[in-house]
Amino acid sequence: MAGLQSQDFARISATTFRPPDVRHDFEVAKLIDVSKCIGCKACQAACLEWNNLREEVGFNIGVYDNPHDLTPNTWTLMRFTEWENAESGNLEWLIRKDGCMHCADPGCLKACPAPGAIVQYNNGIVDFVSENCIGCGYCVKGCPFNIPRISQTDHKAYKCTLCSDRVSVGQAPACAKACPTGAIVFGTKEAMLNYAEGRITDLKSRGFKNAGIYDPPGVGGTHVMYVLHHADRPQLYANLPQNPRISQVVELWKGLTKYTGMAVVGFAAMFAFVHATVARRNDVSRAEDREAEHLIDEEAARGREA
Amino acid sequence: MAVRREEERTTVDRYPGRVRVNHWVTAISLILLALSGAALFHPSLFFLSSFFGGGSNTRMLHPWIGVVLLLSFAILFVQMVRYNFWTRVDTEWMRHIGDVMAGREENLPEIGKYNGAQKLVFWLMTLMILVLFGTGLMIWYEYFGTSFTIEQQRFAHIVHALAAIAMLLVVIVHIYAGFYVRGTINAMTEGKVTGGWAFRHHRLWLRREARKGVIDERQVPPRRHGVGPAE
Ligand code: HEM
Ligand code: SF4
Ligand code: SF4
Repeated sequence: MAGLQSQDFARISATTFRPPDVRHDFEVAKLIDVSKCIGCKACQAACLEWNNLREEVGFNIGVYDNPHDLTPNTWTLMRFTEWENAESGNLEWLIRKDGCMHCADPGCLKACPAPGAIVQYNNGIVDFVSENCIGCGYCVKGCPFNIPRISQTDHKAYKCTLCSDRVSVGQAPACAKACPTGAIVFGTKEAMLNYAEGRITDLKSRGFKNAGIYDPPGVGGTHVMYVLHHADRPQLYANLPQNPRISQVVELWKGLTKYTGMAVVGFAAMFAFVHATVARRNDVSRAEDREAEHLIDEEAARGREA
Repeated sequence: MAVRREEERTTVDRYPGRVRVNHWVTAISLILLALSGAALFHPSLFFLSSFFGGGSNTRMLHPWIGVVLLLSFAILFVQMVRYNFWTRVDTEWMRHIGDVMAGREENLPEIGKYNGAQKLVFWLMTLMILVLFGTGLMIWYEYFGTSFTIEQQRFAHIVHALAAIAMLLVVIVHIYAGFYVRGTINAMTEGKVTGGWAFRHHRLWLRREARKGVIDERQVPPRRHGVGPAE
């Protein structure tokens, strides 16, 4: 958050106010080259360190994933998959650095009901603004990558910030700085796409014929991208979605439902108002009061007889 | 429950205190739910959250008010369900809905404690509250965030929002009818209505009540012209 101001906002959650969009930043991107990753978790440690977070000591259940899932403190997590490649007969160790993808069309932001709790900067970074977060968990359901986590301590949502505080002063994210193999690189989105080209050509020359970039168009592209050796099968990498997009249910819920809801309830209230002024007053007449007396006497007499 | 001859008017008991208290607890929680829900429903209504102590408190309070609603409505349901079973007269009454809207009650069949529309409101409320409570639990993130899959929660969200809209329509009809049909509010404030009101709107019910007997609550004999205390 630090250093970025409202002039830098491209989108703001739950607000009808359109950001001024006065600064036209370069779009940034982080490129994670899965083929270069050795699974050392230096990035995971750097994330905790830079963001001053602590993770609880957990349990070993026989896998390398530690902790077992993203948490309000673990904003990035190495996910390990052992996969037997039937074609080559090799056992491949696929390691993916999971975390927020900083979607160009962020589902979290679309779902969020709290004004300003989620913002997207002009440089493409999607950031959660804790002061404005109400802890409802809508973002969890908006996100196609299952990223946000709500803290049970302060009831706020947390996820990777792409080190927006570092980026705003011209620094690369802490994880990119820490990676010993250069598997994480950071720069403008254009530069990262160019860089990825070279990596993909290299991988293809080494026999990974399906090597490619993961920059899913369903969410408008992302500001965290992967180079995958098997880009045709992203699910291999701990269920990275093949074609992620904001769920149709979420689109309907946040789209049509809102407008028709407001319109229908507004119309009903209007109709009630008009009917109240136009229709004949539905009041009891003197005659009915008198007839009621007769009826009561009659029925009371009948009741006494019975 | 009885017909009472009072000083200046005749009244019919409609709701005892325990039903009225319950009705108002239900009504107030419903209004609070609609306001707090609306705050999260649309950005232009987010300001409503300030009535509940800010966004976080709104998020925290709304489901608990829902629990209050469910409990008070459950009791209300038990108190009222026996008067709300559908009969042939209700179908007949429903055919004349045009006369109802135009206030021509002369053309309507005699009805008991509730007319078809009132029964419909009763059953729709029951259904909506059950749906809202069920889906509400599914999206109560603080306690049930991991009890349902994200996909299930997405569906619960849209159903909850749609049910809330349907519920508000029913509530608008219900409140509007209470005001439009003059003399109805008294049933829920004082617990009784006038004889004329019962005659006009629920004649069959008035017959049954009168048959049970009439209580004379007049302190002095009915005034006649020229007789009685000096004014
Ligand atoms: C009967 C029990 C109910 C429960 C347990 C319940 C629970 C919830 C929960 C958990 C949420 C998500 C926000 C939050 O965490 O506070 C929510 C949202 C909402 N509720 Fe309820 N609720 C109930 C009844 C109602 C009623 C009666 C109405 C309106 C007539 C209503 C209208 C709404 C609306 C409009 C939203 C926002 C939906 C959206 O953002 O699209 N709820 N409710
Ligand atoms: S929990 Fe997520 S959706 Fe809810 S206010 Fe916070 S950031 Fe927005
Ligand atoms: S990955 Fe999820 S949390 Fe990150 S920007 Fe996209 S929708 Fe939001």
